[in-house]
Amino acid sequence: MRILIKDGRVIDPENGMDTVNDVYIVAGKIVAVGDGPDSFQANHVINARGLVVCPGLVDLSVRLREPGLQYKATLESEMKAAAAGGVTSLACPPDTDPPLDEPGLVEMLKDRARSLNQAHVYPIGALTQGLKGEQLTEMAELHDAGCVAFSQSDKLLLGSRVMMQAMQYASTFNFRVWLRPEDDGIADSGVAHDGEVATRLGLPAVPVCAETIALSKIILIAKGTGAKVHLCRISSAEGVAMVREARQQGLPITCDVAVNHIHLSEMDISFFDSNCHLIPPLRGISDRDALRSGLADGTIDAVCSDHAPVDEDAKLVPFGESEAGATSIELLLSLVLKWAEEKNIPLAVAVAKVTSEPAKILGIEAGDLSVGAGADLCIFDPEQHWRVEASTLRSQGKNTPFLGMELQGKVKYTLANGIIVYED
Amino acid sequence: MNNPQLNKNGKLQHLLTTEGLPAPILLKILDTAESFVGVTQRDIKKVPLLRGKAIFNLFFEPSTRTRTTFEIAAKRLSADVVNLNIAASSQSKGETMLDTVNNLSAMNADMFIVRHSQSGAAHLIARHVRPEIHVINAGDGRHAHPTQALLDMFTIRRYKKDFHNLRVAIVGDILHSRVARSQIHALTTLGVPEVRVISPKTLLPAKVERLGVHVYHDMEQGLKDVDVVLMLRLQNERMLGARLPSAEEYFKHYGLTQEKLALAKHDAIVMHPGPMNRGIEIDSAVADGKQSVILPQVTFGIAVRMAVMAILAGN
Repeated sequence: MRILIKDGRVIDPENGMDTVNDVYIVAGKIVAVGDGPDSFQANHVINARGLVVCPGLVDLSVRLREPGLQYKATLESEMKAAAAGGVTSLACPPDTDPPLDEPGLVEMLKDRARSLNQAHVYPIGALTQGLKGEQLTEMAELHDAGCVAFSQSDKLLLGSRVMMQAMQYASTFNFRVWLRPEDDGIADSGVAHDGEVATRLGLPAVPVCAETIALSKIILIAKGTGAKVHLCRISSAEGVAMVREARQQGLPITCDVAVNHIHLSEMDISFFDSNCHLIPPLRGISDRDALRSGLADGTIDAVCSDHAPVDEDAKLVPFGESEAGATSIELLLSLVLKWAEEKNIPLAVAVAKVTSEPAKILGIEAGDLSVGAGADLCIFDPEQHWRVEASTLRSQGKNTPFLGMELQGKVKYTLANGIIVYED
Repeated sequence: MNNPQLNKNGKLQHLLTTEGLPAPILLKILDTAESFVGVTQRDIKKVPLLRGKAIFNLFFEPSTRTRTTFEIAAKRLSADVVNLNIAASSQSKGETMLDTVNNLSAMNADMFIVRHSQSGAAHLIARHVRPEIHVINAGDGRHAHPTQALLDMFTIRRYKKDFHNLRVAIVGDILHSRVARSQIHALTTLGVPEVRVISPKTLLPAKVERLGVHVYHDMEQGLKDVDVVLMLRLQNERMLGARLPSAEEYFKHYGLTQEKLALAKHDAIVMHPGPMNRGIEIDSAVADGKQSVILPQVTFGIAVRMAVMAILAGN
């Protein structure tokens, strides 16, 4: 299969390219950008005039709900959603049922994903067995099976000693540990930010110090052990300041933010909108603004969708009983473009936040359009508006705070390994 | 942001919280309640306003007092009342709250009176019922208990006449109290110039001052020169965790005694939503003393609930 993508604005942040160009693809690989090989005969030509051609998106947190939670979503439904969102590489957290703590489970997931021939799936292995925070998993075995990093998913549940030893052990093999900084003891059963909205609505709250206490612990242990740490889904202004300082000290720390959190705040909960029940909780407006700035200045490396499809019944209960999470993978690109537009950020920088930067955190060969690279591409219309509607979302989850809203920037084609997996 | 309690003509469709309700609506409820106080004192305590209407008391959380007062209020309006103690029935069979509501709607309910342990439960039900059905929140989690706050406002107005020159103190567990939240919104909406909350820091929610209150941790300072003292019930389970060390220490610092009450204005009134923990948040001498209006509150509670139901049924 020889594909020519003609006259698109090619944005490849990793190679510093932002210019109108042609992209040539042969047998699943990019063979040229700009001037094509001699006597190139395309089987398929995509006219990308007026469109942006960029690397396929790399998403650091996508819940595929397999194994075990297929009533919420299936690999088939969520891989289609990924394709519609322009995502060609994705990391899935280990909080499946059972958790990804055994090589067999990881291999099965990888095989299932590979057979669908869409996005590349990179499992994040459980850091501790059953995610219980007690006994380490066989990280080296899990790595051989395909895990690219290790995490505790949404529950830190780590005593300080176990956290230190887990990070020491992981760093022995140069594995990166992904941790979402939240002290379970302080967060307790809170469901909303400890601010004026939780006070008004009478919702059990998660104070900011749940994040900062965990952060200081993680940062100090990282300093002591030299372990590489990736901080998942930071939520507060104080947290951003701590990460900035740690990075200025030269610690090997990276950080991401969930796309909903750079646009929404506690105010969006309004009258108990359970679609705004997210983990971590949506915090105050000043926190949201700090996340937006931290992303702009590079304190935060990447934006993830934190895609979490939830079945409708689990949201049709009072806020505090509702299941947390939002379907987000199909909104990721538009919402990152919205941030860039509002903050006056160059398009290439915005694209980097969902392509080259997350690819570096994952340590995978993706997120660029280098000659010889796998042909994973996203082609989008930066001007086209679309409405977020339950009927058109491909994800099995329809739960998003943006339901009914109009967004700008529409994926037109997604190519994974040189195969067109989505066409609008 | 649409106020989910008002219909498109700006009239009260549901009573879910006192927050965001305009003062004229609150005053109309109090005025209507005045006319029902007479009814409740007559020999034949019944008016035919809600004859033929089906009212469901939907209690997902156990309650005797609130459910009884709603039942009496509905019966005095000649409505048909069905009491459902759902904590003990369908929920344990796995039926969801909205399924329960849909089933009862299919039995042609006109009004649901809802109590639930989760904040926002009444809002959720109000969003899902047919437009002709009215929902009254009889207490949802820590969020709101609007009829309790309205009967408190009624009682305050009875004894103090005007809201515009009052100093009101709310004492106790603000953090977990739906009553306190509803009182604060009602008091500020009705023009009370100074609302104080008095509580240890472990029983105060974050940024509570954003609700328009002054925060005191010292009860003696907080009670100084107030016209109204609103006591809150302290749940026994609050003693189990790390929020409070003991009932004794709580009573010493935040229990209302005659000595502390003497710091308030000489004609200050003392209120409590019940049931009281004597010797924990309030001394018996105060609860039964001449400044206490705790029993009149209960009487007025029926008139206020009648008023709310009558107004909703007419909108």
